[in-house]
Formats: sequence, C-alpha cells, structure tokens
Amino acid sequence: MEVHAVNPLVAFAYLVAGVCFILALRGLSSPATSRAGNRYGMVGMAIAVVTTLVTHEVASLPEILVAIAIGAVIGLVTARKIQMTQMPQLVAAFHSLVGLAAVLVGVAAYLNPGAFGILEPGGLDILKGSRIEMGLGVAIGAITFSGSVIAFAKLNGNMSGAPILLPGRHALNLTALAAIVILVSLFHWDTPTLFWAIVALSFVIGFLLIIPIGGADMPVVVSMLNSYSGWAAAAMGFTLHNTAMIITGALVGSSGAILSYIMCRAMNRSFVSVIAGGFGADAGGASGGGAAKEQRPWKRGSAEDAAFLMKEAENVIVIPGYGMAVAQAQHALREMTDLLKEHGVGVKFAIHPVAGRMPGHMNVLLAEANVPYDDVFELEDINSEFAQADVAFIIGANDVVNPAAKTEKSSPIYGMPVFDVDKAKTIFFIKRSMGGQGYAGVDNDVFYMDQTMMLLADAKKMVEEINKALAD
Amino acid sequence: MDFISILSIFVLACFVGYYVVWSVTPALHTPLMAVTNAISSVIIVGALVASAAAGVPGAKWLGLAAVVLASVNIFGGFAVTERMLAMYKKKDKAPAKKEAK
Repeated sequence: MEVHAVNPLVAFAYLVAGVCFILALRGLSSPATSRAGNRYGMVGMAIAVVTTLVTHEVASLPEILVAIAIGAVIGLVTARKIQMTQMPQLVAAFHSLVGLAAVLVGVAAYLNPGAFGILEPGGLDILKGSRIEMGLGVAIGAITFSGSVIAFAKLNGNMSGAPILLPGRHALNLTALAAIVILVSLFHWDTPTLFWAIVALSFVIGFLLIIPIGGADMPVVVSMLNSYSGWAAAAMGFTLHNTAMIITGALVGSSGAILSYIMCRAMNRSFVSVIAGGFGADAGGASGGGAAKEQRPWKRGSAEDAAFLMKEAENVIVIPGYGMAVAQAQHALREMTDLLKEHGVGVKFAIHPVAGRMPGHMNVLLAEANVPYDDVFELEDINSEFAQADVAFIIGANDVVNPAAKTEKSSPIYGMPVFDVDKAKTIFFIKRSMGGQGYAGVDNDVFYMDQTMMLLADAKKMVEEINKALAD
Repeated sequence: MDFISILSIFVLACFVGYYVVWSVTPALHTPLMAVTNAISSVIIVGALVASAAAGVPGAKWLGLAAVVLASVNIFGGFAVTERMLAMYKKKDKAPAKKEAK
C-alpha cells in the first residue's frame, strides 16, 4: 500500500513509461516513423498499468479486469467504426473522458487518501500540499470534461455551432475562475464543502467557457482542451507523486498549447480573443453593403469546362476545406487527381493550418482517400507556386483563399495568412450556392474575378461529374 | 519524493514536450491529438490505485468507473491513431494507377 516509500524499481518503471511516451510523440515527426511511435505509446501504457497492479495489494482484480475489458470493447469498437470526417468529435469526446476520469480519481483520492499514501505521517488528515494539488487536478479535470462535452455537441451538430453569448459573460467567467483559484488555495483547510464547491464550480465554468465560442474557432478549442486534459493528468501526478503521470501530463499539456498557438497564428487571432468567444456571431451584418455585392457579376462553370481546362493544364493545385469533409468528397477527389495524372497533369494539394475542424484534419481525410502524403503541402511551402499554377481548384474552402485578408483592414479576417489563389491562371471554386459565406461571414472577391469559374453544386457530385467528363 | 524533485521533473518534461511537439509534422497533427489523448489516460494509474484498495467502497467504485473511462480512451485512442497512421502512404514507386473505382 505504501507506494510513496518509493520503491526504486517502481519509480524506474514509471520513468521508462514516461520515456516511451516521449518517444511516441517523437515518432510523429514523420509518417515513416509514426507507427513505431504509436507502439512505444502502447508499451509505455502497458508498463504503467502492469507496474501499478503488481506493486499494490489488489483486493479486487476481477472487477478491475472487467472494468478494463468494458473500456477496451467500447474504445476499440468506436475506433474501428468512426468515420475520418468525425475525428474532431471523437477527439473531443475522448478529452471529456480524460477530464471525467481525473475528477473521479481526485474524488476517490479524497475519500480514501490512505490508499494513495497522501496522509500526514501518523495522522488522518490529507497532506496540505496534496490537497491543493488535488483541488487543482479536480478543477482542471472538471473544466476539461464539461468544456469537451460542449465542444463535442457543437462539432457533432447536437448543438448549433453559433456562439451563445450570455450578457455579462466576461465578468461572470472571470469571477467564477477567480472563485476557483481562491477555493483551491483555501483548500489547505480540509473542509469537504470546499472540495465539492470546487468540483461543482469547475463543471459550470467549463460549460460557460465554451458556449460562446463559434464553430470556426473549434480547432483552437479542441487543441486547448487537449492541453487541459494534459494539465489535469499532471496535477493528479503531483498528488500521487507519479512520474509517469507528470511526464505525460507535461507532454500533452505542451502539445495542446502549441497546437492552439499554431491555430491562432494561422487565423491571425490572439488566444485571448478566441477564448473570449463571439467570433462569427454578427455574421451577415458585418460584411455590409449586401445589396451592392449581390450585383457583382460572376461566371458559372460546368463540370465539362473544369474537366477540359484541367486536362489541358500543366499543373493544378487543389485546396480542400471543411466543405470537402462535409460532402465526403475526398475519394472522388483522389479519383480526379488520378485521372488528371494519367493526362500528364501535375496535381498538388495545398492545406491551410485551420482547414477543417481540427489541426491536420484535411491531411487525414486525404490520407484516407489514398492521396500520397508527398503530394500534400503546407501553406508556406506551396504559396509561391500559385503564380505558376494553371488551375487553382478550391473545394469546400473559403476564408483561407480570401484576398481580403491581405488587403482589407476592416475585414474580420485581415492579417490571416491565405493562399494566393488569385495568382493562378484559372480558378475553379466549388461551392453549394452563391449565398453562403465562410465562417467569418465575409464576402470573397475571388468569386468575382475574371479567371474564376464558380461550380455551384454539392462538392462530391460536382467532382464525380468532372471525373465522368475526364474519363470520356 | 519531495515536491521540488517532482517539480523539476515536471518543468523539464514541459521543455521536452515543447521541443518534441514542434518537430511533429503538421500533416500528423490529428494523430498527434489522438495519441496525446491516449497517453494522457495514464491517469488510469490513479484509478487503479483507487479501485485496488480495500476499505472505502465509494472510492473503489469511483476508481472502477475511472478505469472504464480511461480504458475507453487508451484502447480507443491508440487504435484510432493506428488506423489513421496506416493510411499515410508515400507515392507508389511503380505507379499502379488503375485501382478499383
């Protein structure tokens, strides 16, 4: 029971587990080494679990094994069945589970501190330091849980992606956060009420923090919750004096933080402005001059036009966005690129960091459709090539190709790095209708350019028609 | 372990995390999130301690519930990462273009 008399072998095993987790992330530096990395992760987890079970007097092994088996079945079935387009929801759901597990562990430790070896020597009170760490862990865990549940509902469409703005929400949220900090610091006096107040308040604040954040900012939210789930694990690691948990928590925490930073930078938004929420709430009204823009002339293209022009092209750059995911057009798109390649056309894919609903979402979808990853390029690497491109083929993206980000200071997306599609000789823009706009709710000059042809249809149907025309 | 040595491990691990994560290629950011999610379920260690201990039934059942949740994450997270990573392919050396449509 007394783990904390630190058996050096146990400590060493947890350290090895921690190193395995570092190697797991390290492996992701390239697709070639990534699968080995994932295996390291599994090995690390196995070491951590087995070490814990063999070094404790386990009074209830059958129950534990059943619990693991239940979790394993649910997890494996979900992992197998989930569609790649639903990955953001899945990740949000998984985050909520980590958060809830952290809360449950915290509460269990509070109820049975003896088992965790966090009692004052000879006393019945929990160590002061451990109580504060525990309070912190439970608070972060609860915020992660309720925040992730809201993020899941928004991503999964159970809840509108539009921001929900409560009056005085900034004051409310700041007060609640301050209250949590104060309660946690007061928790060195062991009062059960205080503990439950921290738990309850943290659940509420997680909910309040995420409801004002709109769908377009979800990549940041998902990364941020990723980070929180890490900090929750680290805080519990402090409570339980467990190196594997601390190392992992730190890794996951920094990983999520870096991803949030990358996403914010790709939208030219500050982290604070994303968290404060409300972006996209005033869509429509903000773009202004609605009547004027309705009358701007634009050209409608057909699948045959697109097929003909692309067949004759030397190189085509495809820019996929969230619309491609919604229409499940990735497989048809890959077929299109294969047909084009047969005609000797060079095809490249250009991915904006915030395309889709989570970091790297588009890359996974293209990988699913068997697009080789060396045909897929990041914004910085390909942006200079538009000047030489014969065709820019935009499918389901909008804001990331909007030149207003470069020129119009008043635009809500001003300063966001965008693709220079306007430099391409011809632009095909697949869109469902002329009415809808991007998430930022701004008009896009690319629609009205001389070299642009709008292909108005469902993305998948349009690409399939192009494929038919190409095959003829 | 005293607080300061734990803190040292934590701070150093944050630095390791910082450098390792920056080296992750953006194409793999989704698998990165899935796998970090799986490994943050190492919190199962705490859940196991709680469920293994005799004495306080409430703590035990909470622990077991946490074991279920964390296991969903561990198995689901690693499996879905594996599934995603298996899809990333390099360009075929011998272009076999005519696949089944």
